[in-house]
Amino acid sequence: MTTVAIQASGLSKRYQRGMAATSSLLRDSLALAFRAPLKLFRRDRKETFWALKDVSLEVHEGEVLGLIGRNGSGKTTLLKILSRITRPTEGWAEIHGRVGSLLEVGTGFHPELTGRENAFLSGAILGMGKQEITRKFDEIVSFAELEKFIDTPVKHYSSGMYVRLAFAVAAHLEPEILLVDEVLAVGDIRFQKKCLGKMGDVARAGRTVILVSHQLNQIRRLCHRAVWLDGGMLRQTGPTAELVSAYEGDMTSGNVEDARPVEGLAQFLRWKLIGPNRTSDHILPSEGETSVSFLLRVNQTLYSVHHGIGLYDQHRHLLWGNSVDGVTLEPGLHEFRYTLPTLPLRPGVYSWRVALYDGGVRIDDWECVPDMHVATVPITHYRDESAGFLNIPSKLEIVPAAASK
Amino acid sequence: MALLTSNPTVAAPLAKRLAGYSTIRIEPPRGWFNLRLKELWDYRELLYFFAWRDVKIRYKQTAIGVLWVVLQPLLTMLVFTVFFGKLAKMPSQGLPYPVFYFAAVVPWMYFSGALLNATNIVVENQRVITKVFFPRLILPFSAVLSGLVDFVIGFIVLMIFTLSYGIRPTVAALLLPLFLLLAVLTALGVGLWLSALNALYRDVRYLMPFLVQFWMLASPVAYPSSMVPLRYRWVYGLNPMAGVIEGFRWALTGHGQAPGTVLIASTAMVCLAVFGGLIFFNRMEVSIADRV
Repeated sequence: MTTVAIQASGLSKRYQRGMAATSSLLRDSLALAFRAPLKLFRRDRKETFWALKDVSLEVHEGEVLGLIGRNGSGKTTLLKILSRITRPTEGWAEIHGRVGSLLEVGTGFHPELTGRENAFLSGAILGMGKQEITRKFDEIVSFAELEKFIDTPVKHYSSGMYVRLAFAVAAHLEPEILLVDEVLAVGDIRFQKKCLGKMGDVARAGRTVILVSHQLNQIRRLCHRAVWLDGGMLRQTGPTAELVSAYEGDMTSGNVEDARPVEGLAQFLRWKLIGPNRTSDHILPSEGETSVSFLLRVNQTLYSVHHGIGLYDQHRHLLWGNSVDGVTLEPGLHEFRYTLPTLPLRPGVYSWRVALYDGGVRIDDWECVPDMHVATVPITHYRDESAGFLNIPSKLEIVPAAASK
Repeated sequence: MALLTSNPTVAAPLAKRLAGYSTIRIEPPRGWFNLRLKELWDYRELLYFFAWRDVKIRYKQTAIGVLWVVLQPLLTMLVFTVFFGKLAKMPSQGLPYPVFYFAAVVPWMYFSGALLNATNIVVENQRVITKVFFPRLILPFSAVLSGLVDFVIGFIVLMIFTLSYGIRPTVAALLLPLFLLLAVLTALGVGLWLSALNALYRDVRYLMPFLVQFWMLASPVAYPSSMVPLRYRWVYGLNPMAGVIEGFRWALTGHGQAPGTVLIASTAMVCLAVFGGLIFFNRMEVSIADRV
């Protein structure tokens, strides 16, 4: 009855290890050619790794499929293959219908161009025709709430305005098959809700969607079915609720040592709560002083980089954030240890995000896995909607007040 | 949400419209001889957008903006007139020095600009390349096309300039588009090679200033090709820009001689460069997103 929109069979992708990090100077290739001429043509087994190995799947028309897995499990690689950004090393896939992919917000934006010009440019790069963009232009502008600034160069935009416009363009892409990689939550809280709403509408509109996200709640809300990738291989596939629970269980109980393959200049490897009486690395049982540690592996010396941290709730509201500049790090393992006098959160699922940037260029930006479960006793209003974000004890005193003049 | 237009009924007719190639097959790269020009044609609108962006941003944040398009060749022409003309007394085929040089500088500046632009365009767009699919061939094509806007403006000034010296175009002027086409194809052919190489080896960037300078000296920009000994003329003609510059000058002013053997050698070289460039670029394209 349903027709197949995407069929993939045995998709595999092999990368050379540290490809991005190795020098791409001709000199090195030439030097290698003289020292070991055969090496140029022979792929050394040790220097390659499979980012994706033998993944087969079928997505039906109108289905919204969630892709979950740890960082480095091959989700993005799979998405890049399906959106034809990179080719598989082995295997094949067939896609029936016009494909649109959103791997980042603001693809193709140029700071010198105005909002209007960028909307057209980005739209065209994402696969819209000129007529299509012209037709939807007013809608895009009003969605982004930028009517007054649409003819201003985007370099004068605030970062919020920038992502709003970028998302608005992307959200009006109407392919039959949409491939999305964690770009949903952008802008301020109100706009994030709007984005999620729009994505929900897309998901319900009969479009075929593959969605990659670390926000398991997004996956739960939007996806009909989920696929769990682990180490480049397909570990399990099934109904969203079951699969997400299984994945969460694995994440919190299992061994997350070296959950992320090390690549690039530096990478956060894992995080945990620390303290004398912790029973679990990722469950916060009580309020009071809380220490969190993030383990970072540095591969090359970093000079004066920017480090940022954020704590989010499950609706991607930023609850707390901080940053420092001028961090210099020698190669090796480093522990970033934050100590907070108290972390008065209501029980629920929260997530950390830690990042290192060098002059605006991302070194690592990790949406920490697993989530942090807060298991404190709620001490605020007994009704959820009146309780708010914080779980802070309070004392009320009602005292007679002197009448003031 | 009121502004929602996303529903399957909108998407359906589109699917039918694209039914001819709505199924995409993704496979490991294979084959050498697929030029993939059809894909390029399917994405011609994006090609236009890339070229348009390039034109739009070229003179942003400059005080006099588009005036540079005219000033650049004019100033170069002045320098050549003073040093190569008045001081070195190069032969100029009976043309006034300013006309002799301006007629060569306009096509040359188009070519060198287009070549540099094409060489850098893949690297400059690496973010886009790793985030969205489109035929990568679009990039070098758009690079050589966007330079045409500057060329047209320069050419109009050149026409006015030539006429003001009392030189009327002859029938030969009808061949101007042919020489321009050769220049475009030369920039494209060589640009295809260099842009792919540049994506893999950044050395290309350091090579470029030298290459462009050398190439100009190897082309009859500052001197007439008649200065090259006759028996070496055919070797000289292997440089496609020799035929282009000489031919351009001849077609515009009617002075000098029609490039014969030189033009044949040039055309053959251009075809080779473009054909080889397409194959090389497509061959490299599959790994560009992984390696850029």
